[in-house]
Amino acid sequence: MKNFEHVDARSLAEASRLLTEKPSVAIAGGQDLLCMMKDGLLEPARVVNLKSIPGLSRIVYDEAKGLSIGALVTLSELEEHPAVRQLYPAIAQAAGLVGSPQIRNLGTAGGNLCQKPRCWYYRGHFPCLRRGGDYCSAAAGQNRYHCILGGDPCYMVHPSDLAVPLVAFGARVEIAGPKGRRSVPLEEFYIPPRVDVTRETILRPGEVVTAIVVPPARGRISAFVKFAERGAWDFAVASVAVVVQKGEDGKLMGGRVVLGGVAPVPWLAPKASEALTGSELSEAAFGRIAELALEGAQPLAQNGYKVPLTKSLVRKALRMAVNA
Amino acid sequence: MAEGKGGVSRRGFLKGFGTGVVGAAVAAKVRLGEAAPQTSPGWDGKVPVVLRVNGKEYRLLLEPRTTLVRAIREHLGLTGTKVVCDRGECGGCTVLMDNKPVYSCQVLAVEAQGHEITTIEGLVQAEELDPIQKAFVEHDAMQCGFCTPGQIMAAKGLLLKNPSPTREEILRGMSGNLCRCAAYPGILRAVESLAKKAQG
Ligand SMILES: Cc1cc2nc3c(=O)[nH]c(=O)nc-3n(C[C@H](O)[C@H](O)[C@H](O)COP(=O)(O)OP(=O)(O)OC[C@H]3O[C@@H](n4cnc5c(N)ncnc54)[C@H](O)[C@@H]3O)c2cc1C
Ligand code: SF4
Ligand code: FES
Ligand code: FES
Repeated sequence: MKNFEHVDARSLAEASRLLTEKPSVAIAGGQDLLCMMKDGLLEPARVVNLKSIPGLSRIVYDEAKGLSIGALVTLSELEEHPAVRQLYPAIAQAAGLVGSPQIRNLGTAGGNLCQKPRCWYYRGHFPCLRRGGDYCSAAAGQNRYHCILGGDPCYMVHPSDLAVPLVAFGARVEIAGPKGRRSVPLEEFYIPPRVDVTRETILRPGEVVTAIVVPPARGRISAFVKFAERGAWDFAVASVAVVVQKGEDGKLMGGRVVLGGVAPVPWLAPKASEALTGSELSEAAFGRIAELALEGAQPLAQNGYKVPLTKSLVRKALRMAVNA
Repeated sequence: MAEGKGGVSRRGFLKGFGTGVVGAAVAAKVRLGEAAPQTSPGWDGKVPVVLRVNGKEYRLLLEPRTTLVRAIREHLGLTGTKVVCDRGECGGCTVLMDNKPVYSCQVLAVEAQGHEITTIEGLVQAEELDPIQKAFVEHDAMQCGFCTPGQIMAAKGLLLKNPSPTREEILRGMSGNLCRCAAYPGILRAVESLAKKAQG
């Protein structure tokens, strides 16, 4: 790791200024950033600490406004928060499945959403479009963990577990920067590779995430399931979040099905989400929703297995949500 | 193991070589303090860092890139904490930060300031092992022992938060620590024995 200047930001305005004066990165929990720097993938002249900015580590629940998660709330805090567990179980479940207890004790919600790709070619200094190279090594390389949806020209999968249920709940990201504040739906926060293969998020220089705001739960039920090769420390091979409402007629009403680990961005499956409305709570109906969720999947040479795997996770998430 | 009185042990060499110590709250304060490069004009790449480790305050001069585990091992000479993977994937470097287990290889020393750090050395009180250390001995919870300090600190953190964890909670709480010798059954027995004691 190259040496750098380390500065504690005291306010958001100061953070924005510090981040734009010279090549800089923001640090929250450091659980991803330090790996990037140790591997020489980021060599900033300055590291700007966001933890010294007051007021960014609160979780506030309000029945009318919903849930506000400060960017610096740790994953452990999120997982253990009573209102999150009770009203937004999929969010608590996802937070509790990240990495390991030690990573969750320091890793933050904002850092989780802004973490860098885990594609092994990207991390391993191989030719990689995303890192400014001439071609994507994964396209014809070792791609069993790569994407099956929304790839081309980059086939990485989005690494965040937390983003998946947050998109399902229709969360927005609050951003502060040199030009003021803005708020965007989380699904629009991420940039698909077809739009710009070199950027993961819409964050502009000097901008930081300040909070994630989730609309009121209002009777919505939810579940998150993650399949990984190991029980701890492992990124999702595939994951699914379902947020839905049960109608008085015993059928489902509007909601969202979102897939993780299978696309370069958290994958909001539009047809499956639409099909939730009016769906019965039967295995056959869940099976149809699972088929729609994976419609258009284009596996690479080594990752065809992700299609049936993800379908089964969609069915499981639906069962979990309605039986909770 | 012999830290030879006359000879130069590897540990002693590294300690003497450590350039960062300005004035630890230990006997060596003055001598080490003089060695500190305090006269250099402008920034020499190092910053003053105050760490509280095992209840003692240490004043160091460190490069901001120094991780907490390097500061603990190479600048404070507390080598009980191990570096194994140096990337958050094994648990060997686990210490407590404000009583919560964290990977000290994944923390910048400058950012550990203002927090209470506890390492394996901090568990021994007046030559008396901590109950969790005793339990590891009694239940044969190690083979080579290299992962043990990290395992014990993870277990300590788990029990501080939840004095009587269920088996499932123990497995989850200890899931951030690998043991290459697979002493897991012993580790589980050791932690369970204390959980049972807490239940009475
Ligand atoms: C061994 C290991 C296993 C892991 N497993 C998982 C897993 O299973 N699931 C998963 O989702 N993640 C996993 N992670 C990834 C990640 O470290 C954590 O998810 C964590 O939440 C990252 O948060 P952080 O606060 O530590 O981020 P940092 O490392 O501090 O930051 C990450 C990136 O986001 C930027 N950033 C941080 N905060 C902000 C902000 N507020 N505004 C703008 N930019 C910001 C930083 O500049 C940096 O580029 C794992 C990491 C490791 C090392
Ligand atoms: S999949 Fe994306 S991140 Fe991986 S090598 Fe290809 S372009 Fe790079
Ligand atoms: S050395 Fe820190 S987790 Fe492996
Ligand atoms: S006892 Fe050898 S690694 Fe755990």
